[in-house]
Amino acid sequence: MSNLLVVPFLLPMVVGAVLIFFAKHHRLQRIIAGLTGIALFVFSIYLTYRVYQSPEQMIHLEVGDWRAPFGIVLVGDMLSILMVLMASFVGLVCLFYGFKTIHIERERYYFYSFFFFLLTGVNGAFLTGDLFNLFVFFEVTLISSYVLISHGGKKFQLRESFKYVVMNMVASAFFLVAVAYLYAITGTLNMADLGDRVAMLDQQGIINVIAIIFLFVFGAKGALFPLYYWLPKSYYGPPAVITALFGALLTKVGLYSLIRTFTLIFNQNPAFTHTIILVLAGATMIFGVLGALSKFDIKSIIIYQIISQVGFMIMGLGVFSADAIAGSIYYITHDMVVKVALFFIAGIIIQLTGTADIRKMGGLLKKYPLLGWSFFIAAMSLVGIPPLSGFFGKFSLIVSSVGEGQYVIVGVALVVSLLNLFSMLRIFMNVFWGEETDITFALSNEQVNGLLRTVIPLIAVTIALGLGAEPAFQYVSAAADQLMNPTHYIDVILP
Amino acid sequence: MEILIALLIGVLFSVATYLLLTKSLLRIVLGTVLLSHGAHLLILTMGGLGQGAAPLLGQEAGSYTDPLPQALILTAIVISFGMTALLLVLTYRTYKAHQTDDLDQLRGRLDE
Repeated sequence: MSNLLVVPFLLPMVVGAVLIFFAKHHRLQRIIAGLTGIALFVFSIYLTYRVYQSPEQMIHLEVGDWRAPFGIVLVGDMLSILMVLMASFVGLVCLFYGFKTIHIERERYYFYSFFFFLLTGVNGAFLTGDLFNLFVFFEVTLISSYVLISHGGKKFQLRESFKYVVMNMVASAFFLVAVAYLYAITGTLNMADLGDRVAMLDQQGIINVIAIIFLFVFGAKGALFPLYYWLPKSYYGPPAVITALFGALLTKVGLYSLIRTFTLIFNQNPAFTHTIILVLAGATMIFGVLGALSKFDIKSIIIYQIISQVGFMIMGLGVFSADAIAGSIYYITHDMVVKVALFFIAGIIIQLTGTADIRKMGGLLKKYPLLGWSFFIAAMSLVGIPPLSGFFGKFSLIVSSVGEGQYVIVGVALVVSLLNLFSMLRIFMNVFWGEETDITFALSNEQVNGLLRTVIPLIAVTIALGLGAEPAFQYVSAAADQLMNPTHYIDVILP
Repeated sequence: MEILIALLIGVLFSVATYLLLTKSLLRIVLGTVLLSHGAHLLILTMGGLGQGAAPLLGQEAGSYTDPLPQALILTAIVISFGMTALLLVLTYRTYKAHQTDDLDQLRGRLDE
């Protein structure tokens, strides 16, 4: 029992509401927002430490003192607390990048408020232990994302965000349908209780149906293979900082929910459900990278790389062994950092050159070496070159898949990695190598380095995650062991 | 009673699907509204349309209705209400900006 678990979503909610009153004072807004971001990050480090040190490696809170299956319960286990930590880190970095790049008009129209409401939803979704509460936090996240994605109201943005909103509303309706079915057969919505009761039910058919509806819902939000079509265009509209935030957090909420439900609740029939996930993982990788290869627009390429990486992130869930899931968790952590770094750099490049078309650029490395090498490191980490973090994620995923005899997905993953390398190097060669083109640069070297100050911490984290893969893997392996032994989770919540 | 409501839910879902697949912006909005109505009714029905007494008020009755689905629906209705309001505004702005509500013309390209 610990009240601390409320803070990661209560703090941003309160601050978001307070910031509405200071909407027209952008300097004051920045100060409040920056301090909150730092406080949130520091607090989530402390919370992670607390969870890691606690005897069950899990803390939970029965909200309002209602006993577990009846009231809403918040659970901070190793996976969710790691996600909260990464979300607040990514949020903090995005905030500081936003200070420098977000147009003042956006700041005056509640950018920071909705930024914090988004964090509220994301952190809440990570921490909740109740399925309906998860739905509510999903909606909190989504409604803030609807506002942020159409923020600014350009023609292109409006058109694409309409599609994004409709897609997500349909998925949310199906979330309710799945919740209703699950409630009908089990009579509970507490995740621990669900895990307990679904295991005792002798109705595999209906459980499979519900599992597939959940796969559809979370797949639509996490951008899995046939359901990712809304992502490339709608993410293209908003400024780089919002796209980075979405790419790092929104799809991860969907993936986290997939991992949570398919390890805790729908773990009875992996031969059926998890094989489907594995097939989708492979298809997502392939189609994502093919999309990236078909584009010449730097932002589009990185957006398609989101989709391609989603495939790797759920590959571990599809293989369904402790090592594979550990690989998945590590990969999600790594991807949050690297994706944000890449979007920031892409944003800087677009701001610098005034174009997003990589064919029109060239020779930036000579003038802006720091920018070039930051991009290079982030890109290599995304592709998975040792000793950067992407390598260890892919390595553990592939080793564990071979161990489970899933050779097809290993082949797909390796080919896709090669294509990833090709697509990232294509950006590097077009933009940074070659002859300088007649583009006039809008920013001086100092300004670029100033913007890069927010990218450097991300680069440092990806290097640190790679060099410190040993302790990092100790943590994610413990988290994956927790996930693979749902009885432990159930026993802690329902003593 | 449950069968009747189930049929109603089926009708709502099929009409919603039809509307979602049309090309007019406003019809799509109506489609999402009907879809969420169907989902809300489904929650109510799935809890069982019980005929017992109100829960918590007394302890004499032989059976009680399940209060949880109603609490869930209430939350879900409020959420879908807010979402619909936002979607309507977005639809209106999209229509204003593009001067069309035909999705075929809103297909669009990246480079513009």
